[in-house]
Amino acid sequence: MYVAVKGGERAIERSWDLLSSNRRGDEAVAELSVDQIREQLGLAVARVMTEGSVYDEELAALAIKQAAGDLVEAIFLLRAYRTTLPRFGYTVPLDTEAMLTERRISAAFKDIPGGQMLGGTYDYTQRLLDFSLLAEGGPRAVNTSTANHSAAQQEAMPRVLALLDKEGLIEQEKQHADAPEPGDLSREPLMFPVARPVRLQNLARADEGFLLAVGYATQRGYANSHPFAGEIRYGEVAVELELEELGFAVEIGDIDITECQMINQFAGSGDVPPTFTQGYGLAFGHSERKAMAMALVDRALRAQELGETVSSPTQDAEFVLYHSDNVEASGFVQHLKLPHYVDFQSELELLRRLRAGIEKEAQREHEADAQQQAHEAQPEPSEENAA
Amino acid sequence: MNARIEESAMAEGYNFAYLDEQTKRMIRRALLKAVAVPGHQVPFASREMPLPYGWGTGGLQVTSAIIGRSDTLKVIDQGSDETTNAVNIRRFFARTAGVATTTRTVEASIIQTRHRIPETPLTEAQILVYQVPMPEPLFRLEPRVSESRKLHALADYGLINVKYYEDIVQHGSIATTYDYPVLVNDRYLTSPSPIPKFDNPKMHMNPALQLFGAGRERRIYAIPPYTKVRSLDFEDHPFTIQQWDHECALCGSRDSFLDEMIVDDAGARMFVCSDSDYCQERRAAQEDA
Repeated sequence: MYVAVKGGERAIERSWDLLSSNRRGDEAVAELSVDQIREQLGLAVARVMTEGSVYDEELAALAIKQAAGDLVEAIFLLRAYRTTLPRFGYTVPLDTEAMLTERRISAAFKDIPGGQMLGGTYDYTQRLLDFSLLAEGGPRAVNTSTANHSAAQQEAMPRVLALLDKEGLIEQEKQHADAPEPGDLSREPLMFPVARPVRLQNLARADEGFLLAVGYATQRGYANSHPFAGEIRYGEVAVELELEELGFAVEIGDIDITECQMINQFAGSGDVPPTFTQGYGLAFGHSERKAMAMALVDRALRAQELGETVSSPTQDAEFVLYHSDNVEASGFVQHLKLPHYVDFQSELELLRRLRAGIEKEAQREHEADAQQQAHEAQPEPSEENAA
Repeated sequence: MNARIEESAMAEGYNFAYLDEQTKRMIRRALLKAVAVPGHQVPFASREMPLPYGWGTGGLQVTSAIIGRSDTLKVIDQGSDETTNAVNIRRFFARTAGVATTTRTVEASIIQTRHRIPETPLTEAQILVYQVPMPEPLFRLEPRVSESRKLHALADYGLINVKYYEDIVQHGSIATTYDYPVLVNDRYLTSPSPIPKFDNPKMHMNPALQLFGAGRERRIYAIPPYTKVRSLDFEDHPFTIQQWDHECALCGSRDSFLDEMIVDDAGARMFVCSDSDYCQERRAAQEDA
């Protein structure tokens, strides 16, 4: 009977075996390859890369396969691998204005220089289940002429928000000449008060579902900032690294990213006239939901810096940033599965002792009552006798 | 019971004890600071580990930073060497560092623990590494870290004294049974990690170095050997530890922390030492006698 907690080593090994056979599923069905995941589950790969904090489609696809499609587990796998990688240096800031855009929309202006580009989106698919996908290996019903046309727009597109700059209606986010080097969340612990670059790093790695819920809450009155989707763009940008030996930046590759700039109202303060402010979101791959939610939360967290009243949890940097990471959250919530025999035993002992104390007290009161009743009842017959 | 893992089973492609040397150096710096300021929480750049946050990543990083080839490691969870998480962590170091492991407290040079301090007294040659879920003893009263840091800086521990006063008024005694906060070296209020308060007195003037790692919360702290550790109490309500009406059903101990087990459908109970090595050693001694 005492063996219940023994044999852990063998149990763990058997658990690994079961896990891998469960992951494989029915062997009559062809095994999924990492390439297939990478090519056909691209949005899942994008999420795992964003929250796993590594841009590597192959490793992300591998993690998804290994985790049997559990994306939070896949993100954890990728993070745990990432932490063992050496750090070569920091890239030059991405120039998203030079993006090869595949999709670009603005909800603030009807027409914008460079034009709106719908690109591929689920937005207008009417969400009807496409049963033709059930038929395996069916012919692709894609109009090849449009497919060719979808080649990304080549010329650089100015940001929509820069257009408002001429009137000074919106704060511009330009690199300050003597701005301090941004912190690095993966190399330093999160400390408060926390600067915006570090906040943004945290939000970029944050769980999409968490950001979605917090961003949604800001729209429902928990720190409403009257957002407009100033611009959302998705496409390919070049990554450049400055090489010390050469003295100039060299392109080391291209990555797909989704960028969102929200325009938010700001009532102004003593020194600043009323103006528009920004919230910013960025994600690897095509992930508009994440980028938009991130922009809403970023703006909410700027409350203190803009002199707004912090009245909602969505504006509380400690509340948001300490609970945004799904690797941390998932681990700590699930650690409740670990044995807590000792703590539970301690609580049992306390509860029994407290209840015993209460029972003893009740009994004492009961006895006291009984005594008093007996005492009150006694004189009566003597009075009767006297009468 | 010493077992050295075969070379073939060692994990390839990783540094000794998993972490790279730069990271170990960063952790050792935090450890040195922690030892210099007993009980004070030192922030450190905790890494993602191949173990979920909340499952001992802090302890794992501390052990990884201090372990050497000649060390002998013991890992316990709830006092037992055999629970799955303890087995998993012991295997991790056997695979990544190839060090000797043991289940015997007296043989170990490093003991990583979750929720217990071994019953067998420790020596100056040993280091006890605690896994800590919440390093901040005040977090239930003040969840904002920026605020609790100020309270520590000012040694302002009024909040918790009021909480315990209210406990006494309401229940007749302090209603905290584990993770019972201690004052280290008469200065910093410190979480002993969720050990039962039964173990608190063992921290006081312990000859072993006690290191605490909280991975998810990114804090390290320490209690150097022979440091004063006082459990919070009041003059008229002194600190007491748990007591049992039973003795261990296996070794007959009356001085150890007992786990309660339900052994049949009728709810019959059995009490057994939580410290599996202590219980085993006592039984072995009884057989020899």
